Amino acid sequence: MAETLLDIRGLKTWFKTEDGMVRAVDGVDLRIDRGETVGVVGESGCGKTVTARSVLKLIDMPPGRFEAGTILWQGRDLIPLDQDEMNQIRAREIAIIFQEPMTSLNPVYTVGDQIAEVIALHQKLSPKQAMAGAAEMLRLVNIPNPQKRVHDYPHQFSGGMRQRVMIAMALSCQPKLLIADEPTTALDVTIQAQILELMQEMKEKFGMAIMLITHAMGVVAETCQRVTVMYAGKVVEEAPVEALFGDPRHPYTQGLIRSIPRIDRAVSRQARLESIQGTVPSLLNPPPGCRFAARCRFATDVCTQAMPPLKEVAPGHRVACVL
Amino acid sequence: MSGENPVGGEELLRVRDLRKRFAVKGGIFSRTVDQVHAVDGVSFDIGKGETLGLVGESGCGKSTTGRCILRLIEPSSGDIWFKGADVTRMDGEDLRALRRDMQIIFQDPYASLNPRLKVGAIIGEALTIHKLAPTPKAMEERVVQLLETVGLQPDHMHRFPHEFSGGQRQRIGIARALAVEPKLIVCDEPVSALDVSIQAQVINLLEDLQEQFGLTYLFIAHDLSVVEHISTRVAVMYLGRVVEIAPSRELYDNPLHPYTEALLSAVPIPDPTVKRTRIMLQGDVPNPIRPPPGCHFHTRCPIAKPDCAQRVPELRETKPGHWVSCHYRG
Repeated sequence: MAETLLDIRGLKTWFKTEDGMVRAVDGVDLRIDRGETVGVVGESGCGKTVTARSVLKLIDMPPGRFEAGTILWQGRDLIPLDQDEMNQIRAREIAIIFQEPMTSLNPVYTVGDQIAEVIALHQKLSPKQAMAGAAEMLRLVNIPNPQKRVHDYPHQFSGGMRQRVMIAMALSCQPKLLIADEPTTALDVTIQAQILELMQEMKEKFGMAIMLITHAMGVVAETCQRVTVMYAGKVVEEAPVEALFGDPRHPYTQGLIRSIPRIDRAVSRQARLESIQGTVPSLLNPPPGCRFAARCRFATDVCTQAMPPLKEVAPGHRVACVL
Repeated sequence: MSGENPVGGEELLRVRDLRKRFAVKGGIFSRTVDQVHAVDGVSFDIGKGETLGLVGESGCGKSTTGRCILRLIEPSSGDIWFKGADVTRMDGEDLRALRRDMQIIFQDPYASLNPRLKVGAIIGEALTIHKLAPTPKAMEERVVQLLETVGLQPDHMHRFPHEFSGGQRQRIGIARALAVEPKLIVCDEPVSALDVSIQAQVINLLEDLQEQFGLTYLFIAHDLSVVEHISTRVAVMYLGRVVEIAPSRELYDNPLHPYTEALLSAVPIPDPTVKRTRIMLQGDVPNPIRPPPGCHFHTRCPIAKPDCAQRVPELRETKPGHWVSCHYRG
């Protein structure tokens, strides 16, 4: 049994708005073991990004607040920690990269300054040593001519190169867990392939775990060992990657997988895509019962009364569905 | 000529050697200091009732091509023939009539609908411009009919765009395009901003409408799986040029151009049991202000030879309907 790094239990991150309480994350359980890649998938507004940001406590409070739950990092609950204590964990133990590398880099500092800042904050080095460290990190992420490029500003890099810079910055303190929030969504497909390969390479080199947040099922299938599927603030299914794609149990997961056109299957053209009817429900005062019930083909009266808990249907495969 | 319609049907659109250069201004007098070659000699045909997919990565010129066809952007040179008429020389009344036949659906359903107009007015606007609704009652009936066609409710006409989800807004955009009974619809990344479950709904709707109204689509997208699913034929663009055109399945089964090959191999497959060899392209797409000489792709091409930097490859037919522009493939 591998060592558990992160263990989120019953997490509820809610946001107070003028219209009422938005239950963005509403009772999420998620475990990540040392060295594994766990995918968190779901559509816009399902709470996957809020879950990730909750781990690093990057949620503005107010309007947000932790309503319930624990976030255990190597056995220690992060929720009660103050800013100083969190700063010991950020970057050094858990690092994050975001979807849009342009908006997450500071445009008025060189990338070298920004990476060196992270290194210096956590490793007591001279500015010169930190800058050398920054150049070394750029070399590691395969940026050509790193000695010169450390002195360039973010706008002088292309989208794919910026994401490499973000990865270099995130890995500069050799974290145990990298949270990657839609790291390739803004990139073209050939550049996406480069970045995914780089993340894999870095993972092997540093032995870190990755929490990969994405809406792209193809990316999950190619990179993750385990997958958690979220819908409207709840986990609906969790399984090893082969089981999730080979034997999806939750009607939402099934719909999600079947609604993607497949270029590797000759029959796909002319056949209609399976679609899930309707749209995602509002997270403002959601109704009791299964959040997916209104769109589910198999829904019965039971489904609208209480949210079914996650139950194990096979080793490591848990589903929140009455079926 | 390139991309001859292999379906054997009636030709609806013919594009020949289309070029669009954008000026890059600089200096204190805003002189033109450089030019971006966004579209650099594109040719293709679209047959009546077919869907031509246009794929490529950001900045390859696919959207500019689509907009030049509608004359939303003025082409720098080249010919565009629609039902035998030269689109590039039209103005005034002819152009208005053309726009009744050609419509566009945009990528971002949040930015492409006027937030101050109710849905009924958004859809009805084109009916007024083209004088297709003689009375207010006729207008309302037509709007209701259009809303129902795209799977919305009649009472939605009294609501504003912000009251709808992304998928519903895209349906409104489709209803607006359909209002004038067009022959050709340019779909510019119509599902890219949508979640996968919603994406499937919109793709199915577009396919149903094509069948129902005999529509022809130019389907522009960067998602190769979506394009393969919906298109009859697919054209692949790289840095302003078409590098390959073939019937959809043929292109995916037997890609000839090294760029098409790399592009297809980079698409993640949603099945963990499928293991593929991936062709990794090195580096980024070059700057379109100074595209590489010869074949634009030679700087990243795994099979490039010295003369690829000198000679521009012609788009040539290697087997019926399959066109490729590479000196060493096909």
